Amino acid sequence: MIQTENLTRKFGELVAVEDLSLQVGAGEVFGFLGPNGAGKTTTVRMLTCLIAPTSGTAIVNGYRVGKEDKHIRRTVGLLTESPGLYDGLSVEHNLRIYANLYEVRDPAKQVEKYLRMLDLWDRRHDPAATLSKGMKQKLAIARALLHEPRVLFLDEPTASLDPEAAHMVREFIAGLRKEGRTIFLCTHNLDEADRLCDRIAVFKTRLLALDTPANLRSRVFGRKVVFHLRQADGAMAEAVRKMPFVKDVQVIDHKLLVALDDPERHNPEIIRLLVGLGADVQFVGELRRSLEDVYLQLVKNA
Amino acid sequence: MTKIKTIILKEWAEVFKNRFVLFTVIFMPLFFTVLALVLLFLTRAAGTGDISSPTPDAFFRACPEGLTAEECLQIYFVSQFMLLFLLTPLIIPVNIAAYSIVGEKTTRSLEPLLATPITTLELLAGKNLAAAIPAVLATWASFLLYALGANLLLDNPRVVAALFDPKWWLAIAVVGPLLSILSVNFSLMVSSRVNDPRVAEQLSAVVILPLLLLFFGQLAGWIFLSPRLVVILALILVVLDALMVFLATRLFQRETILTRWR
Ligand SMILES: Nc1ncnc2c1ncn2[C@@H]1O[C@H](COP(=O)(O)OP(=O)(O)OP(=O)(O)O)[C@@H](O)[C@H]1O
Ligand SMILES: [Mg+2]
Repeated sequence: MIQTENLTRKFGELVAVEDLSLQVGAGEVFGFLGPNGAGKTTTVRMLTCLIAPTSGTAIVNGYRVGKEDKHIRRTVGLLTESPGLYDGLSVEHNLRIYANLYEVRDPAKQVEKYLRMLDLWDRRHDPAATLSKGMKQKLAIARALLHEPRVLFLDEPTASLDPEAAHMVREFIAGLRKEGRTIFLCTHNLDEADRLCDRIAVFKTRLLALDTPANLRSRVFGRKVVFHLRQADGAMAEAVRKMPFVKDVQVIDHKLLVALDDPERHNPEIIRLLVGLGADVQFVGELRRSLEDVYLQLVKNA
Repeated sequence: MTKIKTIILKEWAEVFKNRFVLFTVIFMPLFFTVLALVLLFLTRAAGTGDISSPTPDAFFRACPEGLTAEECLQIYFVSQFMLLFLLTPLIIPVNIAAYSIVGEKTTRSLEPLLATPITTLELLAGKNLAAAIPAVLATWASFLLYALGANLLLDNPRVVAALFDPKWWLAIAVVGPLLSILSVNFSLMVSSRVNDPRVAEQLSAVVILPLLLLFFGQLAGWIFLSPRLVVILALILVVLDALMVFLATRLFQRETILTRWR
């Protein structure tokens, strides 16, 4: 649904996005992760035809950015960084304006559908200014969905929301994913990316990594398994270290920390070996790195 | 067309929530009407004796045949203030445009708007019409009100006919709208670079200066607003308007709006 090739944007001397090449498949929730000033918003603006790329190409929904902008605008939805509502106008009026601009076939019905879906129906006559931050964000999301876009760009949908409101918005995004929409989600909330996204791009002016959350973890840190023993000694660690597939072993208290690539296949062998050496294995578990560790590692090295 | 209409209605819904804008659109033209009528009334009551002001000869030459000197003078005085009716189409758009653009900037509502299929030309047309329509309507309404009031107030049909000669109808019907287009686009450009509606308004008010020049020029007797001058004025305005619209469209590009309007 989205393909970019060497997409680049400069602001004078400053390179905001450099040689970005990626592909997002239909129905995929794609996380675009990067620190402040990484160029996330700039990328989204290019993909929604708001600003022109300096060089490179992008295809959204089968249409070429810069050539078929009108078609792209018609078929994508955008949640901008700030909701940008008309504060003086009512909730319903805000949506009506956009329904008309998108030439939605049955504006009244469509507006009602999303107001109800996002629990804003009872507030429809209130001025947008009177809504809470979370409600404003929901209204802005509703506005981006009125024309049933196939591709939805969300620029930091939960930034500046309290945990409860953020949770509400996340739940809603999870629901959209079930409907099979393609979602391009900019965020610097790692937990959010981890939970919602099929694949994640870590980005800071350039693409640093692109993979599923699980693969990102193992790619950056490898995989590690912890064996909790009743009593661990150096001989056990030494024996495990000698196994051909084991990359590293550390002993911490009575735990063996084993680095290996394919724990699903090799853990049973390690356990057999340990038991053979008289060890009492109490627990075995994978040491999960948080995505945050991965992210910080990638961004630090960039 | 529906998109342009949507924008116009949206602008009105927003901008007329502002009391100050509402005030300029309704009370300012009304004030000018009343002022002109009061003047008319006072000059009617004035005697013959005080012909001391520098009445230009050109005026007497232009005075319609068969009018007395006093009638001519009355027409002259009142005509001076007819130019007030051309202030309305200049001032109202300054207000509306300043609030509408700066408002969009402060609420950051332009970005989602620009992501819709609306073309920048449609958006510009919407903003233009949203500011120009109330200005032109208010001008026409206030002038008609004035014409009606003058008819009731004056029992001299020859003076009435002279006051409302084609020159003035032309000025109100054609020059008025042209002035408002000039004013809208000028204000749109100024507002796009300024972040405070009041500052935008003050800067945009510069468009009023040439008209004031005309006003005082006429008052001082340097300029006499003849039908020919009105036509020339209209032609100059057509050229200026075309230039303004061209500049505004150049400035009014998605990218420019997003990256420069801060
Ligand atoms: N209109 C502009 N003119 C000049 N520089 C710009 C412009 N817009 C963005 N930049 C620069 O481009 C870089 C990327 O900005 P961008 O807003 O895309 O980052 P971001 O990833 O969205 O950051 P954030 O998380 O803070 O939203 C920044 O260094 C920014 O200063
Ligand atoms: Mg951003």
